[in-house]
Amino acid sequence: MGSHGIKDRVAIIGMGCTAFKEHWDRSTDDLMVDAVQEGLASAGVRKDDVDAWWLGTAQSGMSGVTLAAPLKLQGKPVTRVENYCATGSEALRQACYAVASGAYDMAAAVGVEKVKDSGFQGLNAFPIPTDGTQRTLTAAAMFSLVAPAYAEKYGVDPLELRRTLARIASKNHYNGARNERAQFRREMSVDQICKMPEVAGMLSVFDCAGVADGAASAIVVRAEDAHKYTDSPIYVKALSMVAGNGSGLLDPDYDYTHFPECEWAADDAYSQAGITDPSKELAMAEVHDCFTPTELVLMEDLGFSERGESWKDCEAGRFDLHGDLPVNPDGGLKSFGHPVGASGLRMLFECWLQLRKEAPADRQIDTADRGLALSHNLGGYPGEMVSFVGIWGTEPD
Amino acid sequence: MRGLISAAGYLPHWRLDRSSVAEVLGGNQGKGTRTVAGYDEDGLTMAVAAGRQVLGVSSGEPSALWFATTSSSYAEKTSAPIAHAALRLGVDVMAADAGPGLRGANAALRSALRSQDPSVLVLAGDVRTGLAGGTDESTGGDAGAAVLVGDDSAGPLTAEYLGSASATREFLDRWRAPGEQRMHAWEERFGQQRYADLAQTAWTAALKDAGVEEDQIAKVAIVGPHARAGAAMSRKLGAAGVEVVDTLAASVGFTGAAHAPLMLARLNELAAAGEVFALVSMADGADVFVFRSTGQAAQLTTVEEQLESGDDSLSYAKYLQWRGVLPVQPPNRPEPARMSASAAERRLDWKYGFVASTDRESGAVHMPPARVSFVGGAVDDMETSPMADTGAKVATFTIDSLAYSPSPPTIFAVCDFEGGGRLPVELTDVLAADVFIGMAVEMTFRRISTSDGIANYFWKARPAHGSADNETGVI
Repeated sequence: MGSHGIKDRVAIIGMGCTAFKEHWDRSTDDLMVDAVQEGLASAGVRKDDVDAWWLGTAQSGMSGVTLAAPLKLQGKPVTRVENYCATGSEALRQACYAVASGAYDMAAAVGVEKVKDSGFQGLNAFPIPTDGTQRTLTAAAMFSLVAPAYAEKYGVDPLELRRTLARIASKNHYNGARNERAQFRREMSVDQICKMPEVAGMLSVFDCAGVADGAASAIVVRAEDAHKYTDSPIYVKALSMVAGNGSGLLDPDYDYTHFPECEWAADDAYSQAGITDPSKELAMAEVHDCFTPTELVLMEDLGFSERGESWKDCEAGRFDLHGDLPVNPDGGLKSFGHPVGASGLRMLFECWLQLRKEAPADRQIDTADRGLALSHNLGGYPGEMVSFVGIWGTEPD
Repeated sequence: MRGLISAAGYLPHWRLDRSSVAEVLGGNQGKGTRTVAGYDEDGLTMAVAAGRQVLGVSSGEPSALWFATTSSSYAEKTSAPIAHAALRLGVDVMAADAGPGLRGANAALRSALRSQDPSVLVLAGDVRTGLAGGTDESTGGDAGAAVLVGDDSAGPLTAEYLGSASATREFLDRWRAPGEQRMHAWEERFGQQRYADLAQTAWTAALKDAGVEEDQIAKVAIVGPHARAGAAMSRKLGAAGVEVVDTLAASVGFTGAAHAPLMLARLNELAAAGEVFALVSMADGADVFVFRSTGQAAQLTTVEEQLESGDDSLSYAKYLQWRGVLPVQPPNRPEPARMSASAAERRLDWKYGFVASTDRESGAVHMPPARVSFVGGAVDDMETSPMADTGAKVATFTIDSLAYSPSPPTIFAVCDFEGGGRLPVELTDVLAADVFIGMAVEMTFRRISTSDGIANYFWKARPAHGSADNETGVI
């Protein structure tokens, strides 16, 4: 028994990604059609060439028909998957395994979420019948628990940590301002962000991901077939997923300064990809910055910073667009918003662009030649989450 | 011998200074304070709070539970089984509501005292509202009360029951249609006289039933919706040397169906060993109960102690908002979904009784109860762990201004329990600025939300009363 991964056995040959924004004039169907058309065109294939499809959506539709009907697929298997906010990554993961297994020659992963039709602010989960004892806290408040715990554990002055969190948001706004697909394209200074009123713990709305509609797609084939379609395929180096058991909510030893699910997923992914020093080997990372404290802690969980040091590394600009290890060069969830089913594939899309040196000049990273990128996608809350880590590379070993 | 095994009152944390009403609406709103149920309290939760006290100092369990209120969350559905579940009473314990009117608690008490059951628990709780600026608002109060009645074989008596009597004659004094917020009253002097006559009739009969003379009565409490209805009797008994106990109009207000049992608990607290005391309750008739104190008062939080604590900083605007008199704009978030009846029933012990499970192998406490342990993974090797009376400390907390709440912001804390166990849970009866890491908290049964007409009850944590940690503000 063991987690062996499928390193270099499959490759991504095409991707599409819509703009992420309040698509008042675009339906769920429209967004999927747009993302799939772009993905197919990018790979130079037709929809009938795709043998099997995976659709990630948290609550914009149920079953494979959600995708098959708008695309008018003929006699093809479509599986709808959901795994909290890591839904988009889960769709890709299943498509990759399907091709690696030999069951299909070509598979597609599509992620979509139409959030803005609910009529409410923020993301709101589909109500499952319960005994009425569940907490009704917002995700912002749940993640806000991390900031004071981190400050206390590592002796960081809370006001200083407030500025560090603002710097993370400011960095992502800076990157997003240079991305035509991003929802928010305005730079925000640390001082501006610090002046915003608190809405959840020490967090303001500018510490939170935006709320947007969007869709993205990826076309997957066996690695040995990849060059039939493109000169610069992106090879799948690692796919890992951990579903937490919720013990952080039960266990008095859990201190809200780390996410074990993310540590485990990262360990597994590095092992699959053969990475020993992620800070030096990775060209960049796309991480799940749903709230600023999340990105802060992820730098440690993913092994980019020592424990208790990520706030210093953030302050020193290590994760800036032109830092040692650019994180969220596309602007992250902060700039893109978070259409749940699409976000994981949107992260991969940025890795795809940067590794292929197709990102626009004003936000191209300096480290692309390292040839490896990581995307990290989580769902749930501190103490009870799912975590995905994928590693992508330009060259097979 | 039959009597009171224990009796307790529950006063909610919040107090409204009547001057704050006058500041907004003008006029004379009277002096002092009234008690105010939190936005997450109702007559049932306050009755449960009092019930936990009386059962906490008694052994065994009652044969029946009565619950009285004039402000029930339900018409068709009986509320008492919710209290039955929260108090973790056995399936063979009868639980029923003692009618929707003011006299319900008196009827339940009379029935309990005259019953053959070894012991009977009488609960009452009420939220008294009325229209803004009205008499019912200014003279009303919110409270819960519990009286455990029984034979001395069921437990040592704190007061011996000597006798009782009632007087009934229909007359219209106060009324309120089901669901209506405002109360209506007939010309006051009419009710005053009718009550005075009925109370005198019942008083005379009760003394006879108890076999005592008036001069043997040490203390009396005269309870009624009318401030003046008992005035004549007060003067007369006062002149005869009976101590007429203050009915807390200046600090609590008239608490509806809860007021008679609340004053019974108060009398029981105040009476010295051997003293005879009487409760006179005027509520669409008159009921008089006579007891003799045994002096064996159980150790529970007294009404007196609760009168001295509490927070009177509550603004009148917040009070009006809590009672729905002043509807305010909620956050633009979906309202809570209604609970599932079947899911709630499967988790009865957890939802209502706050019973966790503990893994026998590792000792790890699971809130809510689980089948598989998060430490060691043992399956179906758990014992039940009642946690409602276990103290906890705030490990970390946050203030959520975005979540839907009847009274934003939501104050939420990760609470670690003494002896193990953790629950992230909402805090109540506290101001956001006063929460700190290390704060000692205790569990309290609350109405979390109401959706589709279903009142959804569960537990919250609130600052522990009398905790030294909380007074010094240190960990």
